[in-house]
Amino acid sequence: MIWSKPSSLSRWHDDRWLAPPLALLAAVAALILLLVLAFLLSEAWPVVNGDGWWRFFSNEGWYPLEGRFGLLPMLWASLAAAFGAVLLAAPLGLAGAIFTRFYAPPFIVKPFRIVLALLAGIPSVVYGLWGLTVLVPLIARWQPPGASLFTAILILALMILPTVALTSASALNSVPRSLLHGAAALGLIRTGIVLGVAVPAARGAILGGILLATARALGETMAVLMVAGNVVQNPTGLFEPVRVLTANIALEMSYATGVHRAGLFASGLMLTLLVLALAWLAARIVRRTHYA
Amino acid sequence: MKPSQWVRALITVIGLVGIAVAAQAADDKLVLTGSSTIAPLALEIGKRFEKLNPGVRVDVQSGGSSRGVADARSGLADIGMASRALKPEENDLMAHTIAMDGVGVILNSGNPVQALSDEQIKAIYTGRIRNWKEVGGNDARITVVNKAEGHSTLELFLHHFALKNSEIKADVVIGDNEQGIKTVAGNPVAIGYVSIGTAEFDAAQGTPIKLLPMAGVAATVANVRDGRFPLSRPLNLVTKDTPSGLAKRFIDFARSDKVNDLVEAQFFVPLAR
Repeated sequence: MIWSKPSSLSRWHDDRWLAPPLALLAAVAALILLLVLAFLLSEAWPVVNGDGWWRFFSNEGWYPLEGRFGLLPMLWASLAAAFGAVLLAAPLGLAGAIFTRFYAPPFIVKPFRIVLALLAGIPSVVYGLWGLTVLVPLIARWQPPGASLFTAILILALMILPTVALTSASALNSVPRSLLHGAAALGLIRTGIVLGVAVPAARGAILGGILLATARALGETMAVLMVAGNVVQNPTGLFEPVRVLTANIALEMSYATGVHRAGLFASGLMLTLLVLALAWLAARIVRRTHYA
Repeated sequence: MKPSQWVRALITVIGLVGIAVAAQAADDKLVLTGSSTIAPLALEIGKRFEKLNPGVRVDVQSGGSSRGVADARSGLADIGMASRALKPEENDLMAHTIAMDGVGVILNSGNPVQALSDEQIKAIYTGRIRNWKEVGGNDARITVVNKAEGHSTLELFLHHFALKNSEIKADVVIGDNEQGIKTVAGNPVAIGYVSIGTAEFDAAQGTPIKLLPMAGVAATVANVRDGRFPLSRPLNLVTKDTPSGLAKRFIDFARSDKVNDLVEAQFFVPLAR
């Protein structure tokens, strides 16, 4: 309703009525997160209340029906699987992005993008089923039992590869042309321009994308549940079966009651805190590199 | 809207909610909760029951045998579902068996081992036997497939072999029967345990698994029905008191031979009548 007061610079024009509802809607989104946290905490309370927080770290093994609630092995397994997957997917994704941005002939770029987008759109349970029926038997012939941390890392890497590649590609695309032209004018060869100018200039957004992919890998459930073996133990070897926090919830939730159920909510709480910490880290990295 | 319109709208909403609540409380609705093993069967029986008794609604929610027992006791559900016999501390409740289910030990069909004794199975699951050649098979490490905590199949298995879950040294932990069958089908050195009905069906469909006999009794649906197979369990509907009214009619229906085809379609074993 600008016609009543033409100056859009004024802080007091009639659009002001829009601000409170918008603020309310924004607050709802934030509030939901707080509610989720509060809910997780209240549901996990019966376990926390008994022997305190420390039991999740001090108890040996996860046997909730026998009163043992050690979450630490699953925490390590979640981290190992996610970071293993990122270790595989990040270089591959970044290489793909650099290739499509600077080296690939145009007729390859478009199909490549479409393939990546399709890969990103496949439901995780499909990856899991393929892993269970194809990948696990294949690896079992080489390193039984086949369902292992390694298999989980492979499946997860495949799933987050498109995320890394697509975010890196858009990060590289948004590097100002003037930087690249300047580098070219200084006589840098193409490799020098790419690795010395473009990638460092885009590193904030690239890292942000990688952290986003890490969060997805941490939160992935079905695919990992089907291929990781789900034995609760510290990930001591690549070919040992492990259980991640998300799979723990999915495996046992529909059958759990009482303290057992509360223990599963505690796994959910721990996972949420882990992802929040990651998101905070991502925000910090992106901000710092932005102003550098 | 004017204030008067607001008030009218509010009254309408309250009225609708009131009707909905009244419908919920009506006597023609039956709530069943519990064992995810029984839930699909109960759902089918419920559908047929609804068709025969117009106006009746049967609401089935799965959530594990423990939940079925707890909900039946607390009155949250009219009927609980438990895929096991009641425990001694649950004898304040009444169990009504509607079908039998057997848990069978499965191997990959490429495994030359033809039978295992209870003692051998126990030794394999506790990690005392780690190689197939110790029980007459090939020289290969055994992959032990166990179920995740809370599943009634696991409970039955542990109970039969007098084990605690923490004593089992598993290589793979699975959720449902199909995941277990796929794991053993894809791994020639794996051993697992699943519902016999599901395993027999999958084996007949050509899935490369085989069911081992236990204590000399073949793991077949027929032997589970007779109660001869050692590792079998009843599928129970649980009520707090002697059932009456709608609940009684439903339980009588579920125990009658009018649902035999539904029981068999879920790979369970109808009662011997």
